[in-house]
Amino acid sequence: MYQYDEYDQRIVDERVAQFRDQTQRYLAGELGEDEFRPLRLQNGLYIQRYAPMLRIAVPYGNLRADQMRMLGHIARTYDRGYGHFTTRQNLQFNWPRLEDVPEILAKLATVQMHAIQTSGNCIRNVTSDPFAGVAADEDIDPRPWCEIVRQWSTFHPEFAYLPRKFKIAVNGAKEDRAVIQVHDIGLDLKRDAEGRIGFRVLVGGGLGRTPIIGEEISPFVPWQDILSYCEAILRVYNLNGRRDNAYKARIKILVKALGIDAFRSQVEAEFAHLKGGPATLTVDEVHRVADHFVDPSYETLPASDAGYTDQLAANKAFAAWARRNVRAHKQPGYASVVLSLKKTGIAPGDITADQFDSVAVLADAFGFGEVRVTHEQNLVLADVKQSDLFAVWEAARDAGLATPNIGLLTDIIACPGGDFCALANAKSIPIANAIQARFDDLDYLHDIGEIEINISGCMNACGHHHVGHIGVLGVDKNGQEWYQVSIGGDQGNDTALGKVIGPSFAADEMPDVISSLIETYTANRHDDERFIDTVRRVGADPFKTRVYADREARKQAHV
Amino acid sequence: MSEIIKHGVIHEDDWTVLRLGEGEDATSVELPAGRVIVPLAVWLARRDTLGAQAEAGVLGVWLAGTEDPATLADDLLRLQLIAVDFPKFADGRGYSIATLLRARHGYGGELRAIGEVLRDQFSYLTRCGFDSLQPATGRYTRPQLEAALASLKDFSDPYQGAVDRAEPLFRRVTRKVAA
Repeated sequence: MYQYDEYDQRIVDERVAQFRDQTQRYLAGELGEDEFRPLRLQNGLYIQRYAPMLRIAVPYGNLRADQMRMLGHIARTYDRGYGHFTTRQNLQFNWPRLEDVPEILAKLATVQMHAIQTSGNCIRNVTSDPFAGVAADEDIDPRPWCEIVRQWSTFHPEFAYLPRKFKIAVNGAKEDRAVIQVHDIGLDLKRDAEGRIGFRVLVGGGLGRTPIIGEEISPFVPWQDILSYCEAILRVYNLNGRRDNAYKARIKILVKALGIDAFRSQVEAEFAHLKGGPATLTVDEVHRVADHFVDPSYETLPASDAGYTDQLAANKAFAAWARRNVRAHKQPGYASVVLSLKKTGIAPGDITADQFDSVAVLADAFGFGEVRVTHEQNLVLADVKQSDLFAVWEAARDAGLATPNIGLLTDIIACPGGDFCALANAKSIPIANAIQARFDDLDYLHDIGEIEINISGCMNACGHHHVGHIGVLGVDKNGQEWYQVSIGGDQGNDTALGKVIGPSFAADEMPDVISSLIETYTANRHDDERFIDTVRRVGADPFKTRVYADREARKQAHV
Repeated sequence: MSEIIKHGVIHEDDWTVLRLGEGEDATSVELPAGRVIVPLAVWLARRDTLGAQAEAGVLGVWLAGTEDPATLADDLLRLQLIAVDFPKFADGRGYSIATLLRARHGYGGELRAIGEVLRDQFSYLTRCGFDSLQPATGRYTRPQLEAALASLKDFSDPYQGAVDRAEPLFRRVTRKVAA
């Protein structure tokens, strides 16, 4: 994992000093509310429904054990004892006091962390594959490239006041686990015919109010040019993106308005000036960064550990966990473990101060001191010996982090929603919890198999509902909270936007609606067909018909 | 007289920024006496008659965020002052306009940020090539402006290149390789 040198450290230290001064001037009345807003947002600080919310950057989802401990300390000292991992691999605290934020940032800086550009109309935290470096289907490790993009975008003076926020994601595997098709820029690492590394570049994807799948702007940009190419895209956007209407200000609207070909021509014209300029990456710099991401010192082990095989056979609960929460690893004798933050009754992505510490202990003991955050709001120990899996499971179970539900129905992705967020139209967490409670039978969950339910409390789509196999969107109807349901969305290589099935539902109907959808699936599925595959094969109609027929029947039953 | 920051020092300044009022026309608007920064439209309409004043250093031109700096490409040697207007401090087009004027078109004269120019953007503005910063009249007291000079030095070694230092950090220094 990347370790700061003196330059990185000085930049975050100087940021802390800068923000401390800005906060003091704000509290002294020298800096107006409107003037302070973008400054605090670019430090991840929102003023929320009940309290400020501080979003801390977890660059491309990489964390170390000492950082986990510091987050636990901050949760205990400045918050109410917990934090929340987001769909962009970041971490949010819901209850800090504005006056304490400079001190929190100072403490984060001591463990090489910050909240830089986690909000605001600037280039946000770059996101990537939580299994980078260990996935069997990886062609090129995206992490060095993420770090290079992170450094380039951090305090970029030209692009701090863009028309709107700007998100970049990087994928280096065959299966895209970074959702690059719904980012402002999606970078897909490739090799050309001669084996040289470069990027297929997508632009103009995004969810939110106007969900759009990104389009290819270049099939291959050589690695040396990638920052110059991104600079060209950002400059065209900064000068031409709409600033009259925040809802139409994202780059996707500009790309749609111009058409991808005209947009590309503008970018290429700009790039022609920048190509070969000082932003051109050097072999030395790429090597310097890549040296932080070499494999840990793996032991030479047999492909399959005999003890692990015995434990699987002997312990049903362990086997159920291993089946869902353990992933294959490129290194013989190793595996990756997903620690579930989706225990029924807990807000998806929430983690307590004690759990921060528990994960740190696990990472130090069994995972080379590293932790990853997934955009599905779970945690990953990327490099665990198979022979340690049983011990990891026992410790994770004791810490409430071993719910065997990764990829299953209860592994729900949800934004904080109306319980916390000032933007939300409706609550998300109680809906997630009610659905989890309905599907608490583990055998049934495994029978239903892989399915993704995504819940957003408003059309800003932080819960990525458009790309959920089942998407739930909170809407406001005459001051009441209602939920619109879509099906057929997907992330990854087959990214698709879900389609709304019909009129929206009251909160207490939602578990029944999900049950109707699932029963339609189990009645129609072929062997080994996932929910999304069945939706694709039979279409949305049987699902719609069943959901609204069941709804009518429930109404009749209550008459 | 207003106070501006030029090359990191506070100066008294006597330039007047001319903004076209409603119904005023670029071809006919009367220019105020003294040193004046005119809108691009006025310059384009009356370049022939205003050229000598520009060369004498008593007339400058300002660009709005919607205006293409390439329009001035042929005039850059004559102009000693170009200003870029920030209608709102959060409107960031001016950063790209300044970058293009300096890095693309090679403009070497005074480049001034006008409009809603605030201390918390000073550092980004100077990095994009502004060498003079003109906060709105009355926005800062003299002691506040003096304190604001510190914001120019918020960051000592930025990662990426910009107008002020064209080379990114990885070209400026030798960074240690991971242990």
